[in-house]
Amino acid sequence: MESSFNLSWIDYTIMAVYFGFVLGIGWTLKRFMKSSTDFLEAGRSIPSWITGLAFIATNLGALEVIGMAASGAKYGMATVHFYWIGAIPAMIFLALFMMPFYYGSKARSVPEYLKLRFDEKTRGFNAFSFAVMTIFASGISMYALALLMETLLGWNFNFSLVISAIIVLVYVYLGGLTSAIYNEVLQFFLIVVGFTPLVILGLISIGGWEGLSESLADVAVRNGYEPGAWSHSWKFMGSTDSNPMGTEWMGIIVGLGFVLSFGYWCTNFLVVQRAMAADSMTGARKTPLIGAIPKMFLPALVIVPGMIAIALTTMPESGFELPLKGSSYDYDKVIPVMLGHYFPTGMLGLGLTALMASFMSGMAGNVTAFNTVFTYDIYQSYINKSKSDRHYLRVGQLTTIFGVIVSIGAAYMARMFNNVMDFLQLIFAFINAPLFATFLLGMFWKRATGHGAFFGLISGTLAASLHHGLTAPVGAESLVKGGWLGTVVHTYPSEMAQNFWTAIYAFSAALIFTIIISYITKQQKTDEDMTGLVYSLTPRIKEDGVAWYDRPVTMAILVGIIALVLSLLFW
Amino acid sequence: MGLDIKVPIGLMFTILGLLLAIFGLATAGDAELYKRSLDININLWTGLAMLLIGIVMLATSKLRPTKDK
Repeated sequence: MESSFNLSWIDYTIMAVYFGFVLGIGWTLKRFMKSSTDFLEAGRSIPSWITGLAFIATNLGALEVIGMAASGAKYGMATVHFYWIGAIPAMIFLALFMMPFYYGSKARSVPEYLKLRFDEKTRGFNAFSFAVMTIFASGISMYALALLMETLLGWNFNFSLVISAIIVLVYVYLGGLTSAIYNEVLQFFLIVVGFTPLVILGLISIGGWEGLSESLADVAVRNGYEPGAWSHSWKFMGSTDSNPMGTEWMGIIVGLGFVLSFGYWCTNFLVVQRAMAADSMTGARKTPLIGAIPKMFLPALVIVPGMIAIALTTMPESGFELPLKGSSYDYDKVIPVMLGHYFPTGMLGLGLTALMASFMSGMAGNVTAFNTVFTYDIYQSYINKSKSDRHYLRVGQLTTIFGVIVSIGAAYMARMFNNVMDFLQLIFAFINAPLFATFLLGMFWKRATGHGAFFGLISGTLAASLHHGLTAPVGAESLVKGGWLGTVVHTYPSEMAQNFWTAIYAFSAALIFTIIISYITKQQKTDEDMTGLVYSLTPRIKEDGVAWYDRPVTMAILVGIIALVLSLLFW
Repeated sequence: MGLDIKVPIGLMFTILGLLLAIFGLATAGDAELYKRSLDININLWTGLAMLLIGIVMLATSKLRPTKDK
């Protein structure tokens, strides 16, 4: 690698201006934080174009940007499955069918919905696991960012960690969820403007899309696949050995497109919270749909750089080198190495600022979601029930500080024990996989009971761990990858395929057990209790005042058509 | 909530756009610097694009302020 990262005053000035603006937004919003609703729910007053952009920006954290570029290099075009099949259908479903219950009920959080619809233990299970998970998620991304800054720029690890954490802490502490959401919109624009020139320069240097496809054909052949394996999304998904992902269409559609994606986009409070901050029911339902439009085109910004990077490795004359990690490429370095390869000082500052912006939007999402769940679902429910709203506002603010400090601890833990983090992420995957079954039954089947939901969730988690314990991906080195029960009954061609099927088993187990247990237990909730929480007991939404072209259904159809056309274009 | 988000975004893009564009003009002709960006003055072009986005944001915030409840 050329000595690419010599930053000059202009780069630091750009970063400083950005820091000034994110803090300034928090400072400006400080005086509007008068109640816990203002602080933790943004007063339910934000226009839907803003919540829509925040909805996807909070998911576009540094790990997503780095990880998707890495997958683009490793698997090529097939990485778009995480967008067009792995996000869009779930976002449409959330908007049309689930948002009415989240926004329309009195629930202030996803766990609170579970409390209203089922019972206390189901809420408690969800609230505690979610709180721990968000803390670790922000810790891990903090660690990843600081590590990147250390290896690339030679910045002190502790310094970058603490500085980035403190900036997020300050602007969330000052302006709460509103500040996080407003900054996410600003960060989103900055990410787009920082990465677009990278893709343009990369494509120019490689001879456009055609040149890219040709070089990717070399990459595919070099790795023993058909020439199109890196430049098609669906064409080589017929069997697991014809594509570098090692998955087939069934695992993609059911595992990724249905269970994992619906589980994430429809039940994860991190994203749902943005939609719940909208100013009206229609606005809340439009939030995921407005977010879906840029979401569909994000692969051009985050996946294509990875594809260009791997293509450049076939051209020694380009002077581009992807660093190695052991015997294979260090794919996580794709984005930074590309920035250093194409950007002169000036743009380099903007590109690095965009990377930091993505980190902050992801971390702020975790922090605000943690705040709300901790304050309402843990503190107010189990620690201190009946205090004034002022008290809970204060608790929400202090939770921000507490949450960030614990995440910093998690970041150091990640630095010291890599395996512990892999292990934790695995546990969270087991807990999350069955969640969508619970919500699906809760919202659309009024017979589902609290015991059914709780024990259904537990069975789903058990099924996930059993499946993981009895199977392993090819070449698994440690028990964190699978097979920890001693016997391996099935070997998957890749870790990804194993993950998809773990999710499918977890979902199925949760679905079946929730139904069985609901039938043998008594429904504690009356129809009245469940009004606004279950489909059959909730009056249909009237949208008489909304023009046909402005309705969620119209937008959903449009989004669906665009996603379909994109999938066919890049088949 | 009391703040039209288009204003800070517009201001930031205008400032960063001006910074990059002026830096691009000042370094125009520096072949060594722009070799890696394929001899394109990427600072100038990105700066101008950001400036344009910034001005459009500020103009729309004047003409059509983001309303909230």
